[in-house]
Amino acid sequence: MGCFLTNSSVGKKFVMSISGCFLVLFILFHMSMNLTMLFSRDGYNAICEFLGANWYALAGTALLAAGVAVHFIYAIILTIDNYRARGKQRYAVTVQEKGVSWASKNMLVLGVIVLLGLLLHLAHFWAKMQLVEIMHSEFATATVDGVTFPVAPTNGALLMAVTFSNPVNLVLYLVWFVALWYHLTHGVWSMFQTVGFANDTWYPRLKCIANVVATLIFLGFAIVAIMCYLNSDVYIAEALQLQ
Amino acid sequence: MAYKLEAKIPAGELAQKWSNHKAAIKVVSPANKRKLDIIVVGTGLGGASAAASLGELGYNVKIFCIQDSPRRAHSIAAQGGINAAKNYQNDNDSIYRLFYDTIKGGDYRAREANVYRLAEVANLIIDQCVAQGVPFAREYGGLLANRSFGGAQVSRTFYARGQTGQQLLLGAYAALNKEIAAGSVKSYPRHEMLDVVVENGEACGIIARNLVTGEIERHGAHAVVIATGGYGNVFFLSTNAMASNGSAAFQCYRKGAGFANPCFTQIHPTCIPVHGTQQSKLTLMSESLRNDGRIWVPKKMEDVEALRAGKKKPSDIAEEDRDYYLERRYPAFGNLVPRDVASRAAKERCDAGFGVNETGLAVFLDFKTAIERLGKDTIKQRYGNLFDMYEEITDVNPYEQPMQIYPAVHYTMGGIWVDYNLMTTIPGLYAIGEANFSDHGANRLGASALMQGLADGYFVLPYTIGDYLAKKIQAPKVKTDTAAFDEAEKGVRARIERLFAIKGKQSVDDIHKRLGNIMWDNVGMARTKESLEKAIVEIQALRKEFYADLKLVGTEDSFNVELEKALRLEDFLELGELMARDALNREESCGGHFRSEHQTPDGEADRDDDNFSYAAVWEYKGIDNAPEMTKEMLDYEFIKRAKRNYKD
Amino acid sequence: MNFTLKIWRQRDAKSQGAFETYKVSDISADTSFLEMMDILNNNLIHEGKEPVAFDHDCREGICGMCSLHINGHAHGPSQAVTTCQMYMRKFKDGSTIVIEPWRSAAFPVIRDLVVDRGAYDKILQAGGFISVRTNSVPDGNAIPIPKKDADESMDAASCVGCGACAATCKNGSAMLFVAARVSSLAKLPQGRVEGARRAKAMVAKMDELGFGNCTNTGACQAQCPKQVSIAHIARLNREFLCAKFQD
Repeated sequence: MGCFLTNSSVGKKFVMSISGCFLVLFILFHMSMNLTMLFSRDGYNAICEFLGANWYALAGTALLAAGVAVHFIYAIILTIDNYRARGKQRYAVTVQEKGVSWASKNMLVLGVIVLLGLLLHLAHFWAKMQLVEIMHSEFATATVDGVTFPVAPTNGALLMAVTFSNPVNLVLYLVWFVALWYHLTHGVWSMFQTVGFANDTWYPRLKCIANVVATLIFLGFAIVAIMCYLNSDVYIAEALQLQ
Repeated sequence: MAYKLEAKIPAGELAQKWSNHKAAIKVVSPANKRKLDIIVVGTGLGGASAAASLGELGYNVKIFCIQDSPRRAHSIAAQGGINAAKNYQNDNDSIYRLFYDTIKGGDYRAREANVYRLAEVANLIIDQCVAQGVPFAREYGGLLANRSFGGAQVSRTFYARGQTGQQLLLGAYAALNKEIAAGSVKSYPRHEMLDVVVENGEACGIIARNLVTGEIERHGAHAVVIATGGYGNVFFLSTNAMASNGSAAFQCYRKGAGFANPCFTQIHPTCIPVHGTQQSKLTLMSESLRNDGRIWVPKKMEDVEALRAGKKKPSDIAEEDRDYYLERRYPAFGNLVPRDVASRAAKERCDAGFGVNETGLAVFLDFKTAIERLGKDTIKQRYGNLFDMYEEITDVNPYEQPMQIYPAVHYTMGGIWVDYNLMTTIPGLYAIGEANFSDHGANRLGASALMQGLADGYFVLPYTIGDYLAKKIQAPKVKTDTAAFDEAEKGVRARIERLFAIKGKQSVDDIHKRLGNIMWDNVGMARTKESLEKAIVEIQALRKEFYADLKLVGTEDSFNVELEKALRLEDFLELGELMARDALNREESCGGHFRSEHQTPDGEADRDDDNFSYAAVWEYKGIDNAPEMTKEMLDYEFIKRAKRNYKD
Repeated sequence: MNFTLKIWRQRDAKSQGAFETYKVSDISADTSFLEMMDILNNNLIHEGKEPVAFDHDCREGICGMCSLHINGHAHGPSQAVTTCQMYMRKFKDGSTIVIEPWRSAAFPVIRDLVVDRGAYDKILQAGGFISVRTNSVPDGNAIPIPKKDADESMDAASCVGCGACAATCKNGSAMLFVAARVSSLAKLPQGRVEGARRAKAMVAKMDELGFGNCTNTGACQAQCPKQVSIAHIARLNREFLCAKFQD
C-alpha cells in the first residue's frame, strides 16, 4: 500500500490534504489558546506553562514540525511535477477563468509567505519559550523604552506584548494572517475534494465552510495581535511590576 | 465483362434465414484465428465494433482512422437514437414490424433478408451497449426509455440525450480500447487508406499514408474491411464531418468492387438553413425534434413577405394562418413521416414561394404547442442541448421563436455492393455500415444508421468473415514485398506527384464548392434527365479543370491537409459523375431519389417496380469511360410491395 | 468584420515555433470561427503559402477534434462550446485575436495548431472500458438503474476528449478527463465490477504519461466545452483512495 502516497498523483494530493487538515486543526487549537488572552493573561500564561518542555508538548511539537515539513515538501514536489507537465512552451495569453479563485492558482506563493511568517513567528516566540526550556539556556531578554528585562519562557503574555509593541511586527503578522486567509479559503474545501468528499451539492457548502474557517482564524489571531499592540504599554508595565 | 452477382441469400423462411446461415457457414478454430490478420479501415460504429469483436475472437486486427483518435469518427455526431424492436413500450412492436417499417421506409429497394437480419440483431445491440456502460435514457423505474422517430408508429428508439451516436461510439471505442490493451488490435490513427491491394483476385492489404509524416506504408492482411462511412461530402455542404469522404470506398471501386445505387442520397429535413457563401458545413437538428415540434409555413403570401422583411415575427402569425403541411398531407404520420417525404414536402412549399427566410429556403419547426402542453422544463430536458446549439448558431432563441430548418445532404444509402456475408465483389474485401449499400434501400429511417453500423460490426461480420477466412488457415502471413504491393504503392505515389505537378491557380475548396453546387442543383432533392445529363458534362469539365488548374501547396512528406483534401476531391469528382449516371439510369422515383418526371399527380414519388426493382451495381472502366452496370434483382418473397402511404 | 490574427506557426514537433500575424477581412458575423480560419487558409493558398494546420472535423461540437487556445481561453471566450461552435459575432470588429495550440507536455505540437492527444487514448486503453465480450450479456432491462445515476453517468460521459482540461490546467493535469470516464462507469452497476481496478490503472497511466497533479483550481471545469463538473474528480479521488486502501 505505502507507495501510492509517494508515487501517484492522487496519493500525493491525499498526503497534502491530510497534512493540511492536521495543520488547520492545529491552527484552530492555537487560535483558541490565543483567544484566552482576551479574557485572562494569567490563564494564557498557565497554558504556556502547561505546554512547556514536557514530553507531550514535545511530542506534539515534533508531530507538528513533521506536518509542516510534509506539507511543504509535498508542495514542492507537486509543483515541480506540475511545472514539468505544463511543458516548456508557455501560453502567450492567459486569463483568469470564470469561477476560478486567485488563491487556488497561487497556493505555493501563499504557502511560502505563510512559511516565512512561521519562521519569523518561531524566532519571536518558540525560540524564546519552548526552546529555552529544552536547552535550559538563559531567558531571553527584551528592551522596551531603554529598559532591558528578562522574559520567562512561561510568560507568553509578556512576550506577546513586547513583540507587538513594535508596529513593524504587527504589520508583518497581519500580512502573514492575510496570506493564511487566502491559503485557507482554497485549502479547506480543497482537502475535502481531494479525499473525495465533495459533489455539486456540497461545493457551495464546503466553500462556505472554508471561508468561515479562514475568516475565523484570521480574526482570532488578528484581534489578539492588535489588542496586544494597542495595550502593550499596560501589559508590559503590569508584567514588570509582578516580576 | 459484367459482374456475376451472387447475393448468397440463404434459403428458407425469412425468420430462419440468418440462423440457418450461421449454422451453415464455416468457423475458424481459435488456434487458426491467431494466425490470421484482418485490416479494418474506419473506426466509426461499424469499424470499431467489428475490430473489437474480431479482436476478441482472436484474430490479429489492424485498425486505421484519419482522425487523431478512433473516437472522432463521424458516427459520434448522430443525435437522435437507435432503433430496436424490444417492445418495451408494449405498443405491439416486433422484429417483423421493425423489418417491415425499414423496408417500407427504404421504398422497397433493399434486400428482404438483409433487412430482416438487421431487425433481428437490433435487440442484441441494445443489450450489448447497456452492458458496455452506455448511459441510455431511463425512466424513473430504472428501465430503458424510448421515443418515436420518423417512419414508425411505435416508440422503439433508444437514446442518450441528444448524443446517442456519441455514447454508442464511446461504447464501441471502449471495446476497441479493451482489445488494444489486450494486444489483439493495433491502432493506426492519423492514417489514410489510399489504395486496396488485390492479388490473385483477392484483397490482401492496403496502402496507407501516415498523415503526420507523409510516409506511404504497406499493410498486408488476409481480409480487409472497409468501414469508412458515406460520401455525402461530394455535395461540399452536408451534415457530414469535414473529413468524411468516399475515397476508401472509391479505391475499392477502382480496383474492381461493384458500387451499388450511388444515387441514393438522403436529404435530411431538419438542418439549419444555409446562411451565406462562407459556410463550411450544415448543422443537423435531430430528427427527434419532430416528436414534439410542428413544421409549418404561412398560408398567406403576405405573411411570408412580412416575415422576410422582418415586419412580422413568426409568433405573430395566427394559428389559422399557419399551414402545418405535413399534418395536412400525411394525417397518419404527421410530422413523423420519413425523411425523404418530409424533405420533399419542405421543398415543395419553398418552391411554391412560401419559404420563410430571405433566401426563401426555410420552413418553421415550432415548439409552441409542445411548450404549452408539456411546459418549458420538459422541453428543455428533452432537447436542451439542441436548443442551445441552435441559438449559438443562429442567435435566435427557439423557446420563443420557431426554429428555421431546411433539408440538407445527410447520408448515402448507396455504397459498395456486398453479398449477404457483407463481402464485396472482391473476395476478402468486406464493406460494413454506411460504406455498403445493403440495408436501407432508397431511404434510411431515422435511428437506423447506428443500428446498421453496430449490427454489421458486432453481430454479422464477425461470423460471416469466418466463412472466407476458413479457407485461409493454411495461408502464410501476407507478404508486402510482392508485385501487387509494389504496383499499388507506385500508383499512390504517382497520384500524389501528379497533383503537386499541376501548379495551377484554384485551391481544393474552390473546386469542391463548385462540384457541390453542380451536385446540389442537378443531382439533389429533385432530379431530371436534363439536369443529370448537364451534371455529367459539367463534372467532366470540372474534372479537367481540376487536373489543369489545381493549386496544391506544401510537401508530400509532411503533415499536409491540402494534399489530403485534394486526393479526396479527386475521388469525389469521379464519384459525383457516377451518382449522376446512376440517377439518370433510374427512371423512377423512390425514396431519396426523386425524378421529377416520375411523380404522382399529388407530388408523391412514383416508383416503378416492374422496371427498376433492382440494385444498380456499377463496375469501374477507367476515368474516361462510362462504367458498366449490372443488375441485382430484388425478389420480394415475403412482403407485398405497396405504394408507400403515410397518409392513413 | 475585420480581424488581425496572431497565429502560432510551427513546422513540426522538433522545430521552433513563432507567432505570425495575418489579416482577414469581410468576415460575416454569422461565420463560425473555423470558417474564418478556412477563409484565411484559402487566402494563404492563393498567395502560395502553406495554410495554417488546425484540427477540426464534425463542426457540431461533438467529435472533440477541434482545439485552439484563443485569446487565453481554451475553445475561445464563449462558455460551454467547442471552437467549432463559436461564431465571429462574439468578437469585436477590428480586434486582434491570438491563437495558440494546446500547450501541455503530454500534448506535443505536430504542426502549427495541431497537437498529439494520443495520451488520452492511452489512458482509456489502460482501463476506460467494461470487460464484456460481444454477445455475452444479459437483457438491457435486466438491471434497473436509477434515473439519477444514469443521468449522472451521462453527464460525465458527455466528455468529448478534446483535451481542453489538460490544456487549460496550470498543472497540465488530465484529471477531469480521467475522472469523467471513471465516474461515468462508476455510476452504473455494470461498471462497478471493475471500478477499483479501473481507477488505479487509469490514474497510474495518467501519471506515467506526464500529466500534472490536480490542485482543484476548477479551471478545467470552467473551460470544458461540455461543462463536465469537478465533482467527478472528487468521485475519482474516492474511487482511487478506497481501492488503494483496500489493497
